[in-house]
Amino acid sequence: MSDRYSSNAYWKANLRIIYICLAIWALVSYGFGIVLRPLLASIPVGGTDLGFWFAQQGSILCFIALIFFYTWRMNRLDAEYGVDE
Amino acid sequence: MSQFTLNLIVIGLSFALYIGIAIWARAGSTAEFYAANRGVGPVMNGMATAADWMSAASFISMAGLIAFTGYDNSTYLMGWTGGYVLLALLLAPYLRKFGKFTVPEFIGDRFYSQTARIIGVICLLIVSITYVIGQMTGVGVTFSRYLEVSNSTGLWIGAALVFCYAVLGGMKGITYTQVAQYVVLIVAYTIPAIFISLQLTGNFLPQLGLFGTHDPTGTAFLAQLDGLVTDLGFREYTAHHNSTLDMVLFTMALMIGTAGLPHVIIRFFTVPKVSDARKSAGWALVFIALLYTVAPAVGSMARFNLTATMWPGAQQGDTFSMGAVSLEEIETSPDLAWMRTWQATGLLNWEDKNGDGLIQYYNEAGAANAPVAAIIEEQGLVGNELITVNNDIMVLANPEIANLPGWVIAIVAAGGLAAALSTAAGLLLAISGAVSHDLIKGTLMPNISERGELNAARISMAVSILVATILGLNPPGFAAQTVALAFGLAASSIFPVLMMGIFSTRVGKEGAIWGMVAGMLTTILYIFTYKGWFFIGGTNMLPDTPDNWLFGISPASFGTIGAIINFAVAFGVSAVSKRPPEHVQELVESIRVPRGAGGAVSH
Repeated sequence: MSDRYSSNAYWKANLRIIYICLAIWALVSYGFGIVLRPLLASIPVGGTDLGFWFAQQGSILCFIALIFFYTWRMNRLDAEYGVDE
Repeated sequence: MSQFTLNLIVIGLSFALYIGIAIWARAGSTAEFYAANRGVGPVMNGMATAADWMSAASFISMAGLIAFTGYDNSTYLMGWTGGYVLLALLLAPYLRKFGKFTVPEFIGDRFYSQTARIIGVICLLIVSITYVIGQMTGVGVTFSRYLEVSNSTGLWIGAALVFCYAVLGGMKGITYTQVAQYVVLIVAYTIPAIFISLQLTGNFLPQLGLFGTHDPTGTAFLAQLDGLVTDLGFREYTAHHNSTLDMVLFTMALMIGTAGLPHVIIRFFTVPKVSDARKSAGWALVFIALLYTVAPAVGSMARFNLTATMWPGAQQGDTFSMGAVSLEEIETSPDLAWMRTWQATGLLNWEDKNGDGLIQYYNEAGAANAPVAAIIEEQGLVGNELITVNNDIMVLANPEIANLPGWVIAIVAAGGLAAALSTAAGLLLAISGAVSHDLIKGTLMPNISERGELNAARISMAVSILVATILGLNPPGFAAQTVALAFGLAASSIFPVLMMGIFSTRVGKEGAIWGMVAGMLTTILYIFTYKGWFFIGGTNMLPDTPDNWLFGISPASFGTIGAIINFAVAFGVSAVSKRPPEHVQELVESIRVPRGAGGAVSH
C-alpha cells in the first residue's frame, strides 16, 4: 500500500458499503420495528402485524444477513485492491 | 433421585469441565494472557463472544422484561443485537488491525495523549465494575436457590472457580471456557422453550410458535394473549404504548453502548486476521440470535402460562369461564409445587385479601375499563391477590411451571451460572488489562519486564475478583440502576472516541479529551438528576417520571444524547485546534487497510 491514491479509492469503496449497510440496519430496526410500524399495521403476521415481527425477530435476522453480506463484499474488495492478507 | 442431587451433579460436571479446560489452556506470555496469542478461529471466537456478552441479565431477566411489557421492550432485543452490526462495520476490523491489547491503549496511541488514555481507563473501570457487580449477585442468587447453600457461600464458590480459570489461563483460558459455557447456556435456554412452545402451540420451534396458533383454541397465540391480558385490565401485549422518541433513543443507546463495551471489543483482538474480525462479529450474532429470537417466545409464553395458572379458564380461551385458582390448590397440588418453591425465595407471593379462598390476579390500575370490573363486583375483590411476581422467575421457574423433568431444571441452573460466570470472567480480564497494561506498564512502570507485567496482570485479576466478590456480597443499593449508567457511559464516551479515532484524521487529542469529558459528564449529570446523586435515595433533583424528563427522554436513553454531545464537542474543538501530527495520520491510514495485521504484538 505505497500508493496513496489507491488506498483512498479503497477507503471510499469501503465507506460506500458501510453507508448502504447502515441504511438497511436503521430501516429494519428503527424504521420497520418502531417508527414505520403504523404503516405496516395492515399486514397481519400471526395475530399481530409485520412491525411487531420486525421488532422481535425480523430485525435480528436482517442484522445477521447484513454482517455476512458486509464480510463477503469486503473480502472481494480487499482482493480487488490487493490489500487482503 | 432428588432435585437437589440432580442439581449438584449437573452443576458439578459443568464446573469440572471449566477447570479441566483452564488447566489445558494455561497462559505463558502477555500475548496469551491478553489476546490468546491471536490464534482463535472466527467461529470459536463468535461463540466465546456470545457467552462473554450474554450475561445474567440476558439469560435470566430479559425474557421477564419482555413478558410484562410486551412490544415496548422489543428495544432490548433490537438494541442488544444491533450493536454487533456497528462492531462488525465500524470498530472490530480496525481495532484488530491496530494490533494492541486494550481499548485505552488505542485511545492513548491514536490521540497521542496519556490524559486521553487515563480517561479511557476511568470510563472502562466504571463501566466494567458496575457490570461485574450484577454478575456476582446473579451467581449468589442462582447458587442459593439451586444448591441450598447461603448466598455468600455460593458467591465464594463462584469466585474461587473464576479465580482458577481466569487467573491461570487469562484470555486463552477464558476463551475456551466461554465456548463451553456458551454450549451449556444455550442448551439450558432452548430446551424448556421448545417444550413450552410444543405445549402451547404444537410447534417445536419457539421462533415460529410465537407467531403460530394456540392449542387448543386455534386462534393466533399472540391474539389469544392480547385478549387474556386485556380481560384482566393489563395493557395489550402487542401494542405500542410508550413514547416513540424515547423508544428510538433507548434502542440506539443499547446499540452503541454494546459496541462500546470494552470486554466485548477485546474479544476481537484474539482472531488471526482482520477479515476474521468481521466474520467473527457475524458468528457472534448468530450464536446470540439463537437465544435472542427464543427470548420473546419465552417471555410471551411464560406470561400466558402464569396467567392461565391463575385463571384456568384461559387455557380454553375464555378467561372467566372458570373461577380463579384456589388457595387450597396452591398449597397442596403437586402441579403448583413451583409456586411454593418460589414463594420461599420471596420472588413470588400472594395473599387472599377478600378471604374467599381464591387467589384472583388482575391489574388494579386498569380494572375500571375491563371485563374484570364485573368480576370485581361479583366476587367482592378488594385488590389484586398475586401481590409479587418478580420478572426474573419467568425464565428460572419456566421448566417447573411447564412441569418439565428434573434434569431440565438442573440444566437451567447450570445455564444461569454459565451466563453469569462467563461474563464476569470477560469483565475481569478487561479490568485487569486496564490496570496492568494501561496503568502499571503504560504509566507507572514503563520498564517493567514481560514476566513482571504478566504477574501484575494476574495479581490485578485476583484483586478484582476479591473486590467484585465483596461488592457482590454487599451489593450497593444502586447495583440494578447502574446498568443504565454502564451503558450510558459506554455509549457516550467510549463508542464515539473509537469511531472518531478510525473515521476521522482531523480529530486530535484536544477534541477527543473534551468530547469524552463532555459526553461522560452530561450523561452522568442527567442520570443523577433523576436517580439521585451517586444513586443515593432522596437526593434526586427531579422526580423520575416521564413528565419531568427533558423532551421525554428517560435517563437510560440519554447515552444517545451524550454520544451526540461527544461528537459535536470533539469536532468543534478540533476545528479550532491543531491537526494531529503526521505519524498519527499515518497510523489512521494504516488501520484502515487490512494487510499486515500480523500476529501477537509484544512490547
